[in-house]
Amino acid sequence: MSVDKDTVRRIAKLSRIALDEARVAPMVDELNGIFAWVQQLNEVNIDGVPPMTSVVEQRLKMREDEITDGGNANELMANAPQGEDHFFVVPKVVE
Amino acid sequence: MSERSAKLIKGATGDWEIVIGMEVHAQILSESKLFSGAPTAFGADPNSQVSYVDAGMPGMLPVINRKCVEQAVRTGLGLKAKINLTSVFDRKNYFYPDLPPGYQISQYKNPIVGEGEVLIDLKDGETARVGIERLHMEQDAGKLLHDQHPDHSYVDLNRAGVALMEIVTKPDMRSSEEAAAFLRKLRAIVRYLGTCDGNMDEGSMRADVNVSVRKPGGPLGTRCEIKNVNSMRFIAQAVEYEARRQVDLIEDGGTVKQETRLFDARAGETRHMRFKEDEDDYRYFPDPDLMPLVLDQAWVREIEASLPELPDAKKARFIKAGLSAYDASVLVAEKESAEYFEAMLAAGAEPKAGANWLNNEYFGRLNKAGLAIADGPVAPEANAAIIAMVAKNVISGKIAKDVLDIIWSEGGDPRAIVESRGLKQVSDTSAIEKAIDAVIAANPDKVDEVKAKPKLASWFVGQVMKATGGKANPGVVNALLKVRLGLPEEG
Amino acid sequence: MTTLPGNLTEFTLAEARDAVRAKKVSSKELTTAFVKAVADARPLNAFVTETPEKAIEMAMASDVRIAHGEARALEGLPLAIKDLFCTKGVKTTAGSKILSNFVPPYESTVSQNLWNAGAVMLGKTNMDEFAMGSSNETSHFGPVFNPWRARNSNANLVPGGSSGGSATAVSGNLCLAATGTDTGGSIRQPAAVTGIVGLKPTYGRCSRWGIVAFASSLDQAGPMTRTVRDAALLLKHMASVDPMDSTSVDTPVPDYEAGLESGVKGLKIGIPKEYRIDGAPPEIEALWSNGADWLRAQGAEIVEVSLPHTKYALPTYYIVAPAEASSNLARYDGVRFGHRARATDDIIGLYEKSRGEGFGKEVQRRILIGTYVLSSGYYDAYYARAQKLRTLISRDFTEAFKTCDVLLTPATPGPAFGVGEKTADPVSMYLNDVFTVTVNLAGLPGISVPAGLTANGLPLGLQFIGKAFDEATILRAARATEQAAGFAAKPAHWWRAA
Repeated sequence: MSVDKDTVRRIAKLSRIALDEARVAPMVDELNGIFAWVQQLNEVNIDGVPPMTSVVEQRLKMREDEITDGGNANELMANAPQGEDHFFVVPKVVE
Repeated sequence: MSERSAKLIKGATGDWEIVIGMEVHAQILSESKLFSGAPTAFGADPNSQVSYVDAGMPGMLPVINRKCVEQAVRTGLGLKAKINLTSVFDRKNYFYPDLPPGYQISQYKNPIVGEGEVLIDLKDGETARVGIERLHMEQDAGKLLHDQHPDHSYVDLNRAGVALMEIVTKPDMRSSEEAAAFLRKLRAIVRYLGTCDGNMDEGSMRADVNVSVRKPGGPLGTRCEIKNVNSMRFIAQAVEYEARRQVDLIEDGGTVKQETRLFDARAGETRHMRFKEDEDDYRYFPDPDLMPLVLDQAWVREIEASLPELPDAKKARFIKAGLSAYDASVLVAEKESAEYFEAMLAAGAEPKAGANWLNNEYFGRLNKAGLAIADGPVAPEANAAIIAMVAKNVISGKIAKDVLDIIWSEGGDPRAIVESRGLKQVSDTSAIEKAIDAVIAANPDKVDEVKAKPKLASWFVGQVMKATGGKANPGVVNALLKVRLGLPEEG
Repeated sequence: MTTLPGNLTEFTLAEARDAVRAKKVSSKELTTAFVKAVADARPLNAFVTETPEKAIEMAMASDVRIAHGEARALEGLPLAIKDLFCTKGVKTTAGSKILSNFVPPYESTVSQNLWNAGAVMLGKTNMDEFAMGSSNETSHFGPVFNPWRARNSNANLVPGGSSGGSATAVSGNLCLAATGTDTGGSIRQPAAVTGIVGLKPTYGRCSRWGIVAFASSLDQAGPMTRTVRDAALLLKHMASVDPMDSTSVDTPVPDYEAGLESGVKGLKIGIPKEYRIDGAPPEIEALWSNGADWLRAQGAEIVEVSLPHTKYALPTYYIVAPAEASSNLARYDGVRFGHRARATDDIIGLYEKSRGEGFGKEVQRRILIGTYVLSSGYYDAYYARAQKLRTLISRDFTEAFKTCDVLLTPATPGPAFGVGEKTADPVSMYLNDVFTVTVNLAGLPGISVPAGLTANGLPLGLQFIGKAFDEATILRAARATEQAAGFAAKPAHWWRAA
């Protein structure tokens, strides 16, 4: 499997990373180098092998329904690059 | 139970069938959120109910709330659905300002609840069955405010991370009436179960409706999704508009494109929002921060044993007790009305009389006053006492309404009020005969009229009732009057 | 040890603990010495943030407790913390521009455990950006230099990565010990090339809460120390069962120091034949062979085992880790914290520019890989397949552990290399993790212990891989190796002003 410039642009868009045109071609090469290298995984017979969905052999731990958080609007906003009256501010989103 | 009739709409080229499916998002009733300990209460100050986990801060991790899992299982059982003892949480990846981590924790291929069904009542005694495809748990997103500023939107994450149940139906509905009935029934079920408050105004229950049209017997048409219909009133309207739009489009030679639309309540129309192809590739994969959710069968059985009686069972029981299917449906539509009715029965009310009284007298007054049953001024025991007195002929039906009015505005015990205000029905024949004689004597011309038209006897009854201050037993008045006037017995 | 070293910074963690308890040295004296060492070592660029005032403040509070006989396990001992651990009120960058101004309002469970034990914070160490790298060359804050240089050379060498700053700090005596994280080898590989001990515990042993996530199913915090005893001591206090981390395993933390000296008599040491790589430097083979000899001499039995899927581990890792990372790093968008691009027209522009400006090239590359392998049409061919390979790799270990107790392998395919030497081709950089990634994929514990020097004087390490939650056995084996190797070489402190 190899990628082309359009694919790289599409993936960059999906990843929300601005990739200027000058970097697209080199990125195509770098990614293709990596994808060529991972192709060897296709040599392995994986019939009937389950995916490893969790390293840890245990059930999902559940917690009690208690309020243990919240009420910290100031701390929450402290690192916000743009905040107003305890709201995070973003460019206008059209729905 | 009568089978549903075919619901077709007319187009220029003939009949069309509407095919409707729904995805309902219902907020789970719990103190804290699905994966964090922040509170879930509606209406708090912005960003005051947000955990660092909800805010997607670096290094934060989810831990699941047992109560939310229980509520989802409870709902699944209420939908007569299969509970999947093992289910998996997946990440649904996309970027939006109301989704801080850039992914929503949801369930994709292995939801907690599988197939089930909901029975719905339609008009004229018809019923229908709507299949449930699945129910899964997922996080709700935050809220964006757009109208405060021309260039900015504001993000409030209070709602981010609240537990949602997404309930997906099979495309079994065939009319706007069925769609509305389904949503109402689903709402009643979750309110009975206490798993969701079904409050569409506050957004704790939202519906996405999928509508397509086809010629009867033909293949399924392309469907469009109407997003976020947030009121019962709009469901039927939205479905009807969209079905008509699609029929007109096809008959004009066009094709329906798979798209997402919004319902504009003011205009009563659906509007294009986006095409399906424009949507993100969500790149679902199992959330590596969470193990598979494994439930003990014993725990599920415990939950099942704790389920309250649900609308269908309650309705069947009320019908057995003598109520008409219609009256029973009205009473079970809301948990509160059913409970009120049952409290009346417990206080000794006769079922049919109780249902009539509630449906015709008490609920009407509550609606007019804009009060919920829980906020009504009259206790079920009081209402039971009133109709018991009617049943024993202690007071007439008319006086009963008066007594209700008195208790409504002043409170008090019905029996005491009847006693103290002398409202007891007069059944003493000699007293009534006296009153009858007085009326007859005062209206000789009417006596002649009534002999010619026996139906006019009711005028006399009215006069006698007036003369006795409404306290005469109308049945006795009627009987004695007929004898006095020499009228035939009524058939 | 009853006498103080020439320089307080030469203490091991355990020695300093004993000396401080015995009141032979105060925490303030000890901390002051390290604060100075850190300042003098700025040419190494091991620290992103130095916290000298806080350190002295903590040291003084520790001295009060010691005076009152209330010394806790690590009371007054100065440590360095990798900048991937969120430290409350102290800037935490993950080596990235996108977090260059982030001050967490919360403390990671692991670092909180250390403060609860009385430790002192010297500062936050430099690292590969978002832990993605094997040489500490991807940091936004510049590369870290290895305290070691090749004989007769002034060339700067890499300290390995991603925990390069922590490795350098421990190796250069800038702290008593440090915390690191290991996703594909990021503790063990830098430890090996800087001549120190690095331990990655079993997945789920240490809490991940408050550690900036890279690859959730692989990340694990661990100690980086001068000696094996120190690693046992530090691990004991880093580890805990954490109800705030769903992947934290419900197993109590044992006393890792107990049993450390029990030797390896009767222990079966497995040598996986697939770890013998064509083209590896002969010194690696020699080191490995020495290791087996030392253990055999101490009564261990050496058995050959097979881990047939070893060669697929690296490509598997480079699908799974980027996939998880692409999702974990979606939160860095300029809205709630971190770098935010200026002058953007719409929300998409805000995201794209903030992330384009804030993430370095390696991080961007891995996010794109991850997004691609999870995307529609490719999920089955890449991610699903890689997760199945993981099962096979894990089964290899389970099978091997039927005939041995612990595995012995080289830690790295070679010694520290020059800065800029491997940055041209991503795959050649990835190959540095060839011996370590298998362990993360299987979730097992692994430790790297210094075992020898190359011909031109650079340290090499041996790795022990253990069964799940059997840190005790790998520590035992590492201790026996440490004793036999007698690795006493130290780097010359070339960075100190003349």
